[in-house]
Amino acid sequence: MRIGVFVCHCGSNIAGTVDCPRVVEAARGFPHVVYATDYTYLCAESGQDLIKTAIQEYSLDRVVVSSCSPKMHEETFRRAARQAGLNPYLVEMANIREQCSWIHSDKEAATRKAIDLVRKGVFKVSRDQELFPSFFKVNKDVLVIGGGIAGIQAALDAAQGGHRVTLVEKDQTIGGNMARLDKTFPTLDCSSCILTPRMVDVAVNESIELLAYHEVEEVKGYVGNFDVKIRRKATYVDWSKCTGCEECVGKCPARIYDKFNQGLGRTKAISLPFPQAVPKKVTIKKDFCHFFLKGKCRVCEKVCQFEAINFDDQDQIIERKVGAIVVATGYEAFDPIAYLEYGFGKYKDVITSLQYERMVSASGPTMGHIKRPSDGEEPKTIVFISCVGSRDRAKGRSYCSVACCMAMAKQAILTKEHIPDSTSYLFYIDIRAGGKGYEEFVDRAREEYGAQYVRGRVSKIYQKGKKLVVKGTDTLLGMPIEIEADLVVLAVGIAPPQDAPELAQKLNISYDQYGFFVESHPKLRPVETNTTGVFLAGACQAPMDIPASVAQGSAAAAKALGLLAKDELEASPIVASVEIKRCVGCFKCEAVCPFSAIQRQELRDGIMVSNVISTVCKGCGLCGVACPTGAIKVNGFTDEQILAEMEALLL
Amino acid sequence: MRLKGQTRTVDREFVAEVESEIDTAVAACYQCGKCTADCPLSFSFDYTPNQILRLMQLGQKEMVLRSESLWYCATCYTCTIRCPKEIDIAKLMSVLLIKARQEGYVADHKIRLAQETFVNSVARYGRIFEAGLVGTYNLKSGDLFNNADIGPRLLATGKLRFLPHRIKGRREIRKIFDRLRSSRKGKR
Repeated sequence: MRIGVFVCHCGSNIAGTVDCPRVVEAARGFPHVVYATDYTYLCAESGQDLIKTAIQEYSLDRVVVSSCSPKMHEETFRRAARQAGLNPYLVEMANIREQCSWIHSDKEAATRKAIDLVRKGVFKVSRDQELFPSFFKVNKDVLVIGGGIAGIQAALDAAQGGHRVTLVEKDQTIGGNMARLDKTFPTLDCSSCILTPRMVDVAVNESIELLAYHEVEEVKGYVGNFDVKIRRKATYVDWSKCTGCEECVGKCPARIYDKFNQGLGRTKAISLPFPQAVPKKVTIKKDFCHFFLKGKCRVCEKVCQFEAINFDDQDQIIERKVGAIVVATGYEAFDPIAYLEYGFGKYKDVITSLQYERMVSASGPTMGHIKRPSDGEEPKTIVFISCVGSRDRAKGRSYCSVACCMAMAKQAILTKEHIPDSTSYLFYIDIRAGGKGYEEFVDRAREEYGAQYVRGRVSKIYQKGKKLVVKGTDTLLGMPIEIEADLVVLAVGIAPPQDAPELAQKLNISYDQYGFFVESHPKLRPVETNTTGVFLAGACQAPMDIPASVAQGSAAAAKALGLLAKDELEASPIVASVEIKRCVGCFKCEAVCPFSAIQRQELRDGIMVSNVISTVCKGCGLCGVACPTGAIKVNGFTDEQILAEMEALLL
Repeated sequence: MRLKGQTRTVDREFVAEVESEIDTAVAACYQCGKCTADCPLSFSFDYTPNQILRLMQLGQKEMVLRSESLWYCATCYTCTIRCPKEIDIAKLMSVLLIKARQEGYVADHKIRLAQETFVNSVARYGRIFEAGLVGTYNLKSGDLFNNADIGPRLLATGKLRFLPHRIKGRREIRKIFDRLRSSRKGKR
């Protein structure tokens, strides 16, 4: 056995605290070490060349690189070893940076610790065995979950890249929250004018299978080979026959809460969310339908000329196999009922910013007329309140929702355009306008449209005759301020959908304390998750506005396309394996495996044993610890290797 | 809209009048506070320059015109030069001071007296007559020994004279003042 040891200075990162030449000197005395040297930056091309040359010159068959965390550069040095003709799994890292030089200041002690860590690496590497990756076939189809603007963008981009895409949307139409908006900042483009063409693009694209009113039920498998079960929710309407003529909607007697219009106005138990819906098909909401509740009515069935109504419709589970998944489940508006002092739900003229969007929209329930919900009068003094459900630790929402400041400025502009003799007061803590053309947009709101910004949080709203008195403080003057308003608009924050954690568990991805999905790296892997093959787009990852959601949709599609460009993927050989002779079939391993990588396998005589699906296994080692008989070992981290490391450190 | 303790509400007409004179919308101010930080006299103000702008944004005519700050401003123009939104704050202060005087708001009688004495001195002699100015001001204000300590030193260096230095063209100067005063009377 011929082991080579390479000690990295990492500039002064390591060499500043660790005496590297002394580590080299000590390494020369370890068993089987035939060559040891140090270098300023081993990860640099010249450093890698040094390792490659030494492997060949000294016929090294094992290498210990003593530098940073394997998270950082293990891949780099394995590749260098492979290029020099050495099996890459015969390379070990001794982490003398994160776990040594960075956390110590005593040079003598740090040097001794570095020597110990290198000895540990040498003991382990001497017990390393050659490992070879396996390859598996990749399914080229893409699943996109969520049909808002981010999901639409991802689906269109993936389809353009030549892949078949299944787009699953839980509502009966795609479009998401963007479809609710009237105009978009900072250009004041009509939201549906720029969105609906994209929705139609999805509908007509032959590579995209649009599954509206469907939900993801179960996700099994792994990158390149996901098995997805999708629930088709019963619509009670045969969509292949429905033309979206809305004849039935006019006749339906059940008037119900209008989710699309955020409760402004009412819709019917059989309905279309909005005229440009894609697909333009009606559904019956069973919980509100007179026939399902009382057993009679069936008016829709009578008026439908296309015989599309089907009261016997049932939920169905369909299955799809895909290679990559883009999650774009978007957000829900924060429910301001938590702010009792603002009286949302108590005072009719206190509404949310999304309700206001529907009110200003020409296709909304008021046909674009701004009216007080209480008496239908046109408001002259309108108060906007920002950060409702944002930047508020007491409400469990410490984060900034990013888009509300700009949305509020936009709504102030739209208000002035609709009601020229109106005055808008905008309470804010800070105006966050970080984006192209955003600050200028706020300037316009202030200077051209007379938006009256007041710095401070509103403390209370109460009714006084027909008016709402809004109490706050102008913190710039340090004086309490009161405004008698006709209408109050709460700029509600962006909150993850309530079922986000449930979906995260199905997909085996992480979510944060609020329910936003967690990216793989906040800077360098913003659209990837810790589950390979699952990508994130849009506001399900963090609050973001439309341009950012579209950019992420495209980014997620690009990552999926990159992954699926290969026909076969390499599976790491550092996975668990079961020694069948010693397995007693207790399946403790199955219970602890977080990746569902354990399969039950029947032997010829009916005995059940465990089997590891090596392409699913991530090599975390939990099963190895749980196994009472020691039948499971993890390649590269065998008991023998771990014990050797402990021996090197402790004896 | 009402600030606590204030009876008058918003006066947008007043704001528009002032804006037309300074040629900028007060809404442009985003309250960064650079004017106040730069101002060499803001320590003595009841409302700092940015607060004066804030009150203007809120249309608080009475609070602004009552403010002592208008009287203490030295019109040094540091605020105007450094304002990132190109608001002529020094001019705003002057415009507001003129309006305050026109409407009979006097936050500091001594400053009004000093200003009037100064202007009268110029009107009379075509330039300042320092000894006369100090004498008149001290007599009228009742503060007889104001600046008495520096008088002898100025006399010793020849900076202060007992008789006014009369310039040529005093009649023309007088005409300018007469015209201004009569035009202002006509305006009222």
